[in-house]
Amino acid sequence: MLAVTKRKIEHLGDAGISLVTSCARLGLFLAYTLSRLWLFRFPLQETVKQLMFVGARSVPLIAISGLFTGMVLALQFYDTLIRFGSVDLLGAAVAMSLIRELGPVMAALMVIARVGSATCAEIGIMRNEQQFDALDCMAIDSYHYVMLPRLIAALISVPLLTAMFDVFGIGGGYVVGVLIHGLSDGAYLIGMSDAIVFNDVLMGMVKSLLFGLIIMWICMAKGFYLHIEQKQAGAEGVSQATTQAVVLSAVLMLFVDYIVSSLML
Amino acid sequence: MTSEFQDIIEVSNLVTHYGQRQVLKNLNFSVKKGEIRVIMGGSGSGKSTLLNHLLALLKPTSGSIFVDGLDVVNIKGKPLANLRKKMGVAFQGGALFSSMSVGENIKLPLKRHTRLGEHTIDIMTRLKLELMGLAGFEDLMPSELSGGMLKRAGLARAVIMDPKLLFFDEPSAGLDPVTAVELDELILKLRDAMNMTIVVVTHELESAFKIADKITVLFDGEIAITGTVDEIKQSKDQRIVDLINRRPRNEQVDAEQYIKRLTTGKN
Repeated sequence: MLAVTKRKIEHLGDAGISLVTSCARLGLFLAYTLSRLWLFRFPLQETVKQLMFVGARSVPLIAISGLFTGMVLALQFYDTLIRFGSVDLLGAAVAMSLIRELGPVMAALMVIARVGSATCAEIGIMRNEQQFDALDCMAIDSYHYVMLPRLIAALISVPLLTAMFDVFGIGGGYVVGVLIHGLSDGAYLIGMSDAIVFNDVLMGMVKSLLFGLIIMWICMAKGFYLHIEQKQAGAEGVSQATTQAVVLSAVLMLFVDYIVSSLML
Repeated sequence: MTSEFQDIIEVSNLVTHYGQRQVLKNLNFSVKKGEIRVIMGGSGSGKSTLLNHLLALLKPTSGSIFVDGLDVVNIKGKPLANLRKKMGVAFQGGALFSSMSVGENIKLPLKRHTRLGEHTIDIMTRLKLELMGLAGFEDLMPSELSGGMLKRAGLARAVIMDPKLLFFDEPSAGLDPVTAVELDELILKLRDAMNMTIVVVTHELESAFKIADKITVLFDGEIAITGTVDEIKQSKDQRIVDLINRRPRNEQVDAEQYIKRLTTGKN
């Protein structure tokens, strides 16, 4: 009995140590990456390449998902508002939901799915194939050459993609509200411009900036520390690291979403 | 000239642990300038760990390693970067960046560390590709190359900065005999043409005997012998004789230890 209790306490202690170590590792990873902004020249060429991958190539996905999210949102709001005779508020309701909350969250989820998973897998494979050792041996700093451009690209791209998501979502709401249900386009658009204030836009932008940081930071770190954190090597390890990166970045993003909302509302 | 100036690598009392397990046990050896040194040993003998120490990728438990007069155990920052610019490393699988073409991979060190013009870099890249028998392959992606080509492309990248010291991890592993021999020839050609010191880690006997000036044989983290090819061939050490004749290890089983391992899962 005593032995079993002792073993359980030991397991709990091990899990605690492992959690603290993992958090410290993630923190150091971010600090090392950001410190390269001061220590080295700005990695312009690599950042442009990553902006292409993280930002430009995500536009079609953001456009489609934004359009349908706005359409569904308008459909749901229309059905609710018509019961209270407040259908004129449709534009305001769609825009406010998108700009404050759904735009940043949905755009970030799309970026996690398309960019985060790919980044974690790519960096994990680089680790498996000794490419980071090769960079070290060529006196090329991995944080500066591989990590920093990706982080900067995410910090620039995610807010822009969020803004695009909002625009396409509002467009989708217009299609459902005005074109399908016959709401006056003046009511839809003026209601929106009357209701939205600068603080709503600021909240959306602050969230998307933090989401961009979280997604790229977690996904890169999980791939980079694959050899330390994963029990399995090879493809299995990459697959597990990618799953963990996607889950952790999504959960952390939602947690930060709540914190920012509660501070800014 | 004293031996201090001739030795480009000096390893003293090197001890390494992975957790509780001792991997390298008090290693002492040195490599002279212009020498081809082969580090041999079976799987788990510690040769890859030793290579990682020489490349300053791993810190030992104790002991010292001097490469080109610099203490690589305690070196970091700019001095380490400067030392690494004088070293080339060809990894076992090539370790080429899969998102770049072969040519871009080979140009990378020149682009990062020199102010040479694009045209000069292109010419130097083609020169090295010619030397490796890879002319015309610069626009291909690494995924389009065979195993032997990947190794040669990795070697081209390792020598693009004309290093003083070249490390080559398992040059013959996984290659057909003809390609393996071609790589051995290439290593000899590199030493003769560029006067490099070359350290090769391998478990291939034939390759080692062909290229080595001296061979260091590791067994269970210890140096069994360091000597010329003839000295290795004439060694009376049973482990070396078994290695040369490819005889399986005939270890005595301790019955008590064996039962303990089976029942508790621990040594």
